[in-house]
Formats: sequence, structure tokens, C-alpha cells
Amino acid sequence: MNPMIRFNKIDKWYGNYHALVGVTAQIAAGEVVVVCGPSGSGKSTLIRTVNRLEEIQGGTISVDGKDVHRAGIDLNRFRSGIGFVFQNFNLFPHLSALDNIMLAPMKVSGKSATDAHKLAMALLDRVGLAGKANAYPQQLSGGQQQRVAIARALAMEPPVMLFDEPTSALDPEMIGEVLQVMKTLARDGMTMMCVTHEMGFAREVAHRVWFMDRGKIIEEAHPETFFASPQHPRAKAFLSDLRTH
Amino acid sequence: MLDILKTYGTLLLVGSYPNGPIGGLVLTLVLAVLGVSLAFPLSVGLALCRISPYTALRVPSTVIVYCVRGVPLIMLVFWSYFMVPVLIGRPVSAFTTLLVTLVIYQAAYMSEIVRAGIEALPLGQVEAARSLGLSYSQTMRDVVLPQSLFNMLPSLLSQFVSTIKETSIGYVISVQELTFSASQVNASLLVRPFEVYLILSLTYFIVCLSLTQAAHFLERRLVARRSTSHHTVPHESYDPV
Repeated sequence: MNPMIRFNKIDKWYGNYHALVGVTAQIAAGEVVVVCGPSGSGKSTLIRTVNRLEEIQGGTISVDGKDVHRAGIDLNRFRSGIGFVFQNFNLFPHLSALDNIMLAPMKVSGKSATDAHKLAMALLDRVGLAGKANAYPQQLSGGQQQRVAIARALAMEPPVMLFDEPTSALDPEMIGEVLQVMKTLARDGMTMMCVTHEMGFAREVAHRVWFMDRGKIIEEAHPETFFASPQHPRAKAFLSDLRTH
Repeated sequence: MLDILKTYGTLLLVGSYPNGPIGGLVLTLVLAVLGVSLAFPLSVGLALCRISPYTALRVPSTVIVYCVRGVPLIMLVFWSYFMVPVLIGRPVSAFTTLLVTLVIYQAAYMSEIVRAGIEALPLGQVEAARSLGLSYSQTMRDVVLPQSLFNMLPSLLSQFVSTIKETSIGYVISVQELTFSASQVNASLLVRPFEVYLILSLTYFIVCLSLTQAAHFLERRLVARRSTSHHTVPHESYDPV
């Protein structure tokens, strides 16, 4: 299969701190990979290198065959082809839900207001929020904000979606609605890389789980295998911690 | 005191208008409004240069801001009084001199407000915009500035208040604003300086106090608005995009 995202010997330093240590891995088109691991293990850093929110010091990352960290790449155009969903939603508070979604199609792909509006309404409908088109982010619950954020990321029709702890900032009762949207996306064949500790989600839709610790992927397995019988001692410790909480 | 107001009220309010040029409190307000509104776009430009990734923009703008902020306003008045005519090759009115000075001075101060306002915005806003594929300038224009300028409205209003007070420096180059009018009144009365200058002080005080109160009111409204918006959770890294 053709790899959609390929990490090749990625090294990332914060000063003297080696945040990513020679990470090599790949994600096939249509594959859903869940990345988990203790905090500080480098999972957020890794996902943020994919659309170059973080620079790397060594190795190469390619998305759909394009070298992301090459000098002179049309970064804006490249980024518009990758959907990114943040832990804190990062909706634009001065714009309505609809305008949040319409912004990039109009500014980046030059769609007309009519087309962008049609697209945004369809996306809001897809995340179950057609009735909230004119609401401002602060008028929406956390779960609703994150669903709008997912719709916003989908507006550029990216072949890849990255999720950086999309449910970590949510109250427990709102996690389900966001995961539901993500599951639908996964079933529709979207290539997804998700940093999350939602084991139920991983079991249900992930093809593989990567377990990261101290800047490395130390275990890579099918979710059933991973959750039932983790191999690495640190993965065992992490999973038992996760269950007791 | 009331009799002074009765006799000289119009002079303090509008100067020698309609028989001569407009002056007094009206001119003071005109200067402040023009000063701030011309300085504002300049200050946004300066602020954007100050945070620019390009050294060629960052260094000169920083030097300008530091120089202007590092000298007393009256030095700037003298400089424009003597420099502007030399630069443009013809004499300019005292009004223009003062206006140019106020614009330069306020642009430097307001650029620091604008810069702080931009930097106070959560980094996630820029990251979200850039992740969607928006360019740096699109991010500034469509995401960062609309939010930060709105948030800094109270600070900009208090900057307007200090500009009102700063226009009084026009007295030294004979701009017929409020302070100049008051000193004219004093010169014709000769023996009642305390009353004249009390009226002058009270006028500034009342105008500025009401505007300051308005700024406080605005600020409370904005704080209330902001506290209902999303909370920020610290991220692992704070690397700029």
C-alpha cells in the first residue's frame, strides 16, 4: 500500500531535550492510527511535525509523497491539504460557526461566498450542528465547538486528518459526540492520525496503535492486541494507570 | 469664576471663531481626534513590523519606537517645528506642526499597545489559521487583528485621553487650543490667574474623566465577554509557527 504519511528517522530537539528520537513509521492511505503514551512522550510533538507546526532537526516526513520539511515548499498550500484538530478547538471567537468554516475555502481556495456557504452548511450538517450555523464559539459547548472545528478542518477537503488530543479538554459527557463524528470519518475511509487515550475509539476504528515513550514509538500493534496484551513494560504500566483512573 | 465663564466662555470653547480661526476646547478635541485617528493605522503598521520575522522591518521599527518613547514630547515638538519646514521646503502652520508631532508620538506609544494586544492572543489562533493554509498576512488580517484590536479598544480610548492632555503642549508654538485660550484670558484679566487656571484644569478634568470612565466601562464589558469564551490549556510547546 501507498504510505500517506511517512516518518523517516525524525529527530527533534528542544534545546538540549531530545523530544523525538529517530522516529520511523508510516501510515497508509485510508488507515486510522491512534497514538498514545504518557505526557511528555512526544506524541503531540510528533503529530505537529506533520503539518510543520513544529520544525524537525533530522530525518524526513512525507505526506502523499511530498517532503514536508523541504525548504521552498509551498507551505500554505500544503497545509491546506491536511486537516488539523486541536485539543483546545482554537475556533476563531470573532467569527460565527459558519464563518469559521467558510474562512479557508474563501481565502485559500478562492471559493465564492455562495459555494463556501453551501459547503459549510453541508459540513455543519455532517457534524450534526446545522442549527448552530450562526452561533459564536463562546455560545457553544465544548463538544459542539470541537465538532465545528472538525468541520472547519474538513472544509479544505483534505485527504488526511490529524487529531491532537481532540477530547482531552472536554467534559466527559461531551466526549461521545466528538468521537462519534470521528468514527464516521474513519468509516468513510479518511486517513487519520489521532493522539488520544480513548481506548474505546481505538478498539472500534483504529487499524493500529502506536505507543510512544521518551520520544520513540516503542510498541506498534493492532488495538485488540495492544490493549489485551501489551508487550513493553512501560506500555503495561501506562495501560494499567489509564484503567485505574 | 462664573463671570469669567460668562465673558470668556466662547473663547475657551471655540477660540476667536467665527471671527478668526477655530480654537479653544474644540480645537483641542479636533487635534486629539485627528492625532489618534492618523496615528492608529501607523501604529498597527509599526506593531506588525516590530513582531515581523524580517530583521529589515523589525530593527528600524524598534529603533523608531524606542527613540520616540525615549524623548519628551516637547523635544519632538521642537524637532518638527524646525525640521518639517526644512524637509518639505516651505513653512507649515503651528497646527500642522503639532499634529505631525502628536501623530508620531502616539503612533510609537500605540504601537506598543497593539503589539501587546497581538501577543496576548493565544498562540492556538495563529496555529489554527496557518493549519488551514492561510498565509501570514491573511492570518494577521482575518484572524489576529480583528480580535486583538477589539480587545484593545479600552487601551486605545485611554490613549485618546492622554492625547487630549498632550495637545496642551501646542501652547509653546502658539496653537490656539484650550490652554492657549486660557492664557489669553489670563492675560486680559491679569489679576485672576487662579480662577482662570482652575477653569482650565476643570475643563480638562471633566472631559478626561468622562472618557476614562467610558474606557473602564468598555473594559468591564470586554472582560465579561472574554470570560465566557473558551479557556486556554497550556500546550507542550510554545514554538511560534
